[in-house]
Amino acid sequence: MSHDIIAARVRANPKYAALKSRRNRYGWIMTALMMVVYYGYIMLIAFDKEFLAQKVGDGVTSIGIPIGVGVIVFTIVITGIYVRRANAEFDSVKADIVKEALK
Amino acid sequence: MNKFCSQFLAIALLMAVAGGAIAAGADLGQAEKQPTNWTAIGMFAVFVAGTLWITKWAAAKTKSASDFYTAGGGITGFQNGLAIAGDYMSAASFLGISAAVMVSGYDGLIFAIGFLVGWPVVTFLMAERLRNLGKFTFADVAAYRFKQTPIRAFAATGTLVVVAFYLIAQMVGAGQLIKLLFGLEYWMAVVTVGGLMMVYVLFGGMTATTWVQIIKAVLLLCGASFMAFMVLFQFGFSPEAMFAKAVEIKTGLAAAAGNSPEEAARIGDSIMAPGNFVKDPISAISFGMALMFGTAGLPHILMRFFTVPDAKEARKSVLWATTWIGYFYILTFIIGFGAICLVLTNPDFLDANGVLLGGGNMAAIHLANAVGGNVFLGFISAVAFATILAVVAGLTLSGASAVSHDLYATVFKKGNATSESELRVSRITTVVLGIIAVVLGIAFEKQNIAFMVSLAFAIAASANFPVLFMAVLWKDCTTIGATIGGFIGLITAVVLTVLSKSVWVDVLHMADVPVFPYASPALFSMTAAFASIWLISVLDRSRQAGIERGLFEAQEIRSETGIGASTASAH
Repeated sequence: MSHDIIAARVRANPKYAALKSRRNRYGWIMTALMMVVYYGYIMLIAFDKEFLAQKVGDGVTSIGIPIGVGVIVFTIVITGIYVRRANAEFDSVKADIVKEALK
Repeated sequence: MNKFCSQFLAIALLMAVAGGAIAAGADLGQAEKQPTNWTAIGMFAVFVAGTLWITKWAAAKTKSASDFYTAGGGITGFQNGLAIAGDYMSAASFLGISAAVMVSGYDGLIFAIGFLVGWPVVTFLMAERLRNLGKFTFADVAAYRFKQTPIRAFAATGTLVVVAFYLIAQMVGAGQLIKLLFGLEYWMAVVTVGGLMMVYVLFGGMTATTWVQIIKAVLLLCGASFMAFMVLFQFGFSPEAMFAKAVEIKTGLAAAAGNSPEEAARIGDSIMAPGNFVKDPISAISFGMALMFGTAGLPHILMRFFTVPDAKEARKSVLWATTWIGYFYILTFIIGFGAICLVLTNPDFLDANGVLLGGGNMAAIHLANAVGGNVFLGFISAVAFATILAVVAGLTLSGASAVSHDLYATVFKKGNATSESELRVSRITTVVLGIIAVVLGIAFEKQNIAFMVSLAFAIAASANFPVLFMAVLWKDCTTIGATIGGFIGLITAVVLTVLSKSVWVDVLHMADVPVFPYASPALFSMTAAFASIWLISVLDRSRQAGIERGLFEAQEIRSETGIGASTASAH
């Protein structure tokens, strides 16, 4: 079966357009979230060091420590959330599209 | 009193060293040769014996070009995640970040975070498309629908320039480290790394390179975990108790240096909050962009996406990589504080002047001795050196593939090279690159190379990444736009770096004030690259441009569905 026919079938499959727009929108939203968190953190450091220097309780630990570690954890978690959805939901739709195009 | 004064001087010196390290993406600076450490050398010899045995096994499997470049596509997501993490957890980041935390506390954490945040973006926008469109090099992806010669020439240039700067930084780092860790001569390190790396890459290709990286990553993660555990153990697993002790020690050192009690308390407490690392918002954003998008443009990292069988495994590998790297940075933060508490006040680790033996980058190494004794010190030293070896092997493989696959097979042979001849060219290039790396490593011994890693990241972010991104995601991008825009990004990044403080003032001594005032060129050079790719592509009304736009849909179908993507080889 020629490559053009397969491509034409994929293109004609409404699931393909749906997958493309849903997955891309999701990817961009997650990218935007990551950008907001990281550059928000950097802006906080640049403009309001005092806020991060505040003490959490009676001790020496500043609020910057949980926030900084939080950015690291957020980075891992947001990646995990995306990969989980992509590997389950998106990949199963993708598998359907490929199957329908190759049959 | 005098001793305390000199201790303060030591801290001030360390500040200077780590300050440079921060601006540089943690380089290792000059180092004093230490007494010969036979335990560390012995452990490193065990590592070498083990990896050579793996190379022998890998060599039997490395028959085709695909085996050589991508380990036949047979690496799992978990393995690849460890290998990517290994590429990223360099000796400079382990020793440099823990030293930066020891000196300035919180600023070290800010620095480490910058290196991590690029990974989600790679996952969300690039990982799957890279895997579906690529074969051996990132140029395969960028050139998918373009005229091969110009775009491959650009991609090979981008790869080789990034590899060259990164390689010099690693080779000089190896030379400095061997003096510190093993107590051997500089040139021995450069020749050892060059020679062993050639053996791994020549005979074992990507399979050996990947497994060397995996083994090293596991050893480094285990060693760093043990150190962080032992530090926290001393404080009853209370971070607050550890921080309180660190602040107390820093306050004591400041007071001993002649500060008033209030001033000393302020200095001591300053390690818990951001300091001078982020000076102005523009430098902060620009540096953040170089780290974030540089990650998505480093050729030796991008190449790893082609070693897994499909997009699912590619995504898993980035998730594992992000997890390990994030975990590792949290460990280095604890290790840095551990060094404040256990190393800075221990006369065993300070010389007659109260300066840390071997310089600031020894923070983690001395801490290893403090928590695990001489054998563990040897282990950590051997792992730190093995780290450089593994990273250098990955860099060389990616440089060799740019020459053999992009330049030789595609540009010169127009895609008609046989797998055997392509493989032969890769191996010749590996030897040539190995020799060049050794020569450059020796040539740059006394040079200030603090800018090189950050320059490599800036070029990756401003040349490789924009071209890759626009070629894959933007329909109207054309060969001419991508090629010229990519070169504009590359040149802008290099020129602005030369005009910045780290080269213009610190290396060239042209003036006291840099021409370009910000810490990183990325904000400007990335903008220049994207703007010119866009503008030139929009203005490109040639017939070829029409063909390329017409091919976008087919490219998109393959990148979204993986139909037609290259698959794992048969064995």
